[in-house]
Amino acid sequence: MSDPNDPMAEIRASFFIECEELLEALQDGLQALDDGDDDPETINIVFRAVHSIKGGAGAFGLEALVRFAHRFETVLDEVRSGRMSPDTTARKIFFQCADHLSDLVRISRDDGPLPDDVTAELLSSLNGLLGDAGIEEDDDSEEENIDFQPATLSLDLDLGGDDDDDGMGLPALEPDTSSDDGKFIIYFKPDNDLFETGNEPFHMLRALEDLGTCTVTCHLDELPDLDTLAPENSYLAWTIELETEAQEAEIAASFEFVEGLCTLDIKKKATADDIQQPDEETATNDASTEDTADETPDVPPAVEPESDQQPSGEDRSAPEPAMTSADSTPPAPKATAAPARQSSPTAAKSVVRVDLDRIERLVNLVGELVINQAMLAQSLERSGLSPHSDAMNGLEEFQRLTRDIQDSVMMIRAQPVKSLFQRMSRIVREASAAVGKDVRLHTEGESTEVDKTVIERLADPLTHMIRNAVDHGLENSEDRVAAGKPEQGQVNLTAAHRSGRVVIEVSDDGGGINRPKVMQIAIDKGLIPADASLSDGEIDNLLFLPGFSTAAVVSDLSGRGVGMDVVRTSIQALGGRISISSTPGEGTTFSISLPLTLAVLDGMVVQVAEETLVLPLNVVIETLTLTDNDVEMVRPGAHVVRVRSGFVPLFDLGKELGYRDPVQNYDGSVVLLIAHEDGSHAALIIDSIQDQRQVVIKGLDDSFYRAPGIAAATILGDGQIALILDTSDIITNAIGATGMATPQTTSGATA
Amino acid sequence: MSEKDTSTSIELLTFQLAEQEYSLDIMSVREIRGWTKTTPLPHAPSYMKGVINLRGTVLPVMDLSERLGLKPQKQTDRNVIIVVNHDDVMTGLLVDAVSDIIALTDDDLQPPPEMQASNAPNVVSALTVIDERMIRVLDLSSIVTSVQGQAA
Repeated sequence: MSDPNDPMAEIRASFFIECEELLEALQDGLQALDDGDDDPETINIVFRAVHSIKGGAGAFGLEALVRFAHRFETVLDEVRSGRMSPDTTARKIFFQCADHLSDLVRISRDDGPLPDDVTAELLSSLNGLLGDAGIEEDDDSEEENIDFQPATLSLDLDLGGDDDDDGMGLPALEPDTSSDDGKFIIYFKPDNDLFETGNEPFHMLRALEDLGTCTVTCHLDELPDLDTLAPENSYLAWTIELETEAQEAEIAASFEFVEGLCTLDIKKKATADDIQQPDEETATNDASTEDTADETPDVPPAVEPESDQQPSGEDRSAPEPAMTSADSTPPAPKATAAPARQSSPTAAKSVVRVDLDRIERLVNLVGELVINQAMLAQSLERSGLSPHSDAMNGLEEFQRLTRDIQDSVMMIRAQPVKSLFQRMSRIVREASAAVGKDVRLHTEGESTEVDKTVIERLADPLTHMIRNAVDHGLENSEDRVAAGKPEQGQVNLTAAHRSGRVVIEVSDDGGGINRPKVMQIAIDKGLIPADASLSDGEIDNLLFLPGFSTAAVVSDLSGRGVGMDVVRTSIQALGGRISISSTPGEGTTFSISLPLTLAVLDGMVVQVAEETLVLPLNVVIETLTLTDNDVEMVRPGAHVVRVRSGFVPLFDLGKELGYRDPVQNYDGSVVLLIAHEDGSHAALIIDSIQDQRQVVIKGLDDSFYRAPGIAAATILGDGQIALILDTSDIITNAIGATGMATPQTTSGATA
Repeated sequence: MSEKDTSTSIELLTFQLAEQEYSLDIMSVREIRGWTKTTPLPHAPSYMKGVINLRGTVLPVMDLSERLGLKPQKQTDRNVIIVVNHDDVMTGLLVDAVSDIIALTDDDLQPPPEMQASNAPNVVSALTVIDERMIRVLDLSSIVTSVQGQAA
């Protein structure tokens, strides 16, 4: 798999990508079940996800994965057919199995060591659910009775096919099919499409060989002369005489991946009748069947969409097998094998997978376009053209188009936080099991879209916060009951768009922060002086100090004291902020505010001390021109502006950035009134406002110097770089410098 | 490509700083640009000249004289910015003038004598003599990265 030239590696990689989607669907379905959704389609989705993973794993010979998925699937089938109702215990096991399945997928991908003991444990739990029937069942993973067809078809099968299913899933009906150990005659003729999807007859023939003794005859009758031969067409057919103890269904399973892409006829030699049965249904309901003659050979529709999801890389290999077989030699094994091609269960819309690098490139190009457009606009303006000239009108149109393109490109990168939240629900399950608490995760706003990079980099800090909430945040159940709360603790995870940023909150309904204890620990550890007097908010913020740990008992789950400061650092690295609020007895809320995208910003371009700066437009609520009467001095060096709603602290942006000495005379100064999502206000003195426009965010490489108060940079129309301000940071720094809003000595508690 | 292939050959870009000659391994040099106005960063150390637009990316520029503790030089139009790449991080180094590219072997390089306090970053990694002039070979990583500790 490490060989980059291995054609399988690519297919394998795409299988694992698909697995991720399937696992997501699986989690979704289980969550829905857990929430009381009894729609039969829900369990179908769950079932299909497991089934598809199993199918794909089979194609790659991932034995462990197949075995586990198969048993899981068997149990799910019981639920699906209504013979078993998923009670709480069952649902819990299902979740564990889903988690384990995703572990197995990951391990299989990385070729890691398999956790056999966990597998065995879960298998026995599953067997427990099945009761006696399940234990007897043999482990043959290739047994196949259910098809992974698009939803509607599957439902149809359910209605009619329940009895058939039994034949496969349960030993009860086995005598029907197991009585024979005989010869089968299999007629197999690939359609052209079979090769287009990267399948390879050779592998199927080999799979048959594994089942028993094979005699293979190749039919060359249809093979045209060389000059009329179309290399992409399939001319060959095979008749295989197979002597085996295997069931017919097992044979059919060998062709599972090509159903609908070939003509297949499996007959028992003794009872051979002359019906030629098209295959696409064989794998579905052949289970206990006698060949159903009335199947019509309408081949493509059911499976056709699947081939659309092939990675393009496979296409080039498609003609090859056809060529080799035209030479009437057995198809060469170098051709790609049958990948597990299933449309993902919910995939009604078509999806293209694109390398992230390509998107990145597109984003960068669009960024250049925006800058270029701004340059053009500037030079046209300078040329003194009439604003009503064609050029200017064209420019306006250009501007609009640029903006549209930019929005669309950004949408490509945006992803719902759902996948992230699903990972967190697993964290909650594991964490709560580890500390022996009963915890339920409630999520909200799963469809909130955030830039992909942000999502990826949020996983670690969020994991930590969730664990903290379960371990430290929630009380144990006795304490909860004593406090008059439901025994089951709740952790909430919400995401929402708020004023141009994404706010993600992790909250628990636990006991809240024990502030006296936090204080004491901070004093004990020498983080604050013993006589410090801190406000509640400042005490809460002590949690973010490096080397702080509150858990009286350090559990192996969290509480190693490296926690929250690391979380805060990683959030800040994303351009985000984290804040904490807590009510004793009611719980604690951590709130993370993140920029929506790392790429564009609606900005206000201002001039301060000869420098051009950009402020995020969404924080500017008002612009004012000051008169002397508006400004009041609180004490030397600290001023406030009187605005309708009250007094707002006044800062000189030029001074705060170190660009100039403080302004002495406020008369006539232009100020921007800034409001942040935490409700704080401030007024910033600037020299002039230049423009409001969309700017492309360029990351500032802060590897050797991180400028305070600066979030990023952008490139202006004249090619110069302008800095984008992080107003909240500026004001925090300014407050820290003047001590304006914090009369108490804080001694680095907020640093 | 040279006769001196007996040991690894190295090519150095030499340049002037405060009337002294310095050099950098040419493999780390990406390009050389004329001086353009930088956008200053607030509260930055004095050797951080600011950032410039390098074809759409933001390039931090530091004054190498000041970074090395030499006295700041007057800006002239011979000033150039050497764009270097270290660990995939691009940085611009402002130098007085670029002189030459010289090819040497490892044998021509001598280690600098031990004379600094041991905790100071050793910015000069080697010395060499060309036409009776001493040329200092700079260690790029200590120039570009050791600032981190100071800024944090």
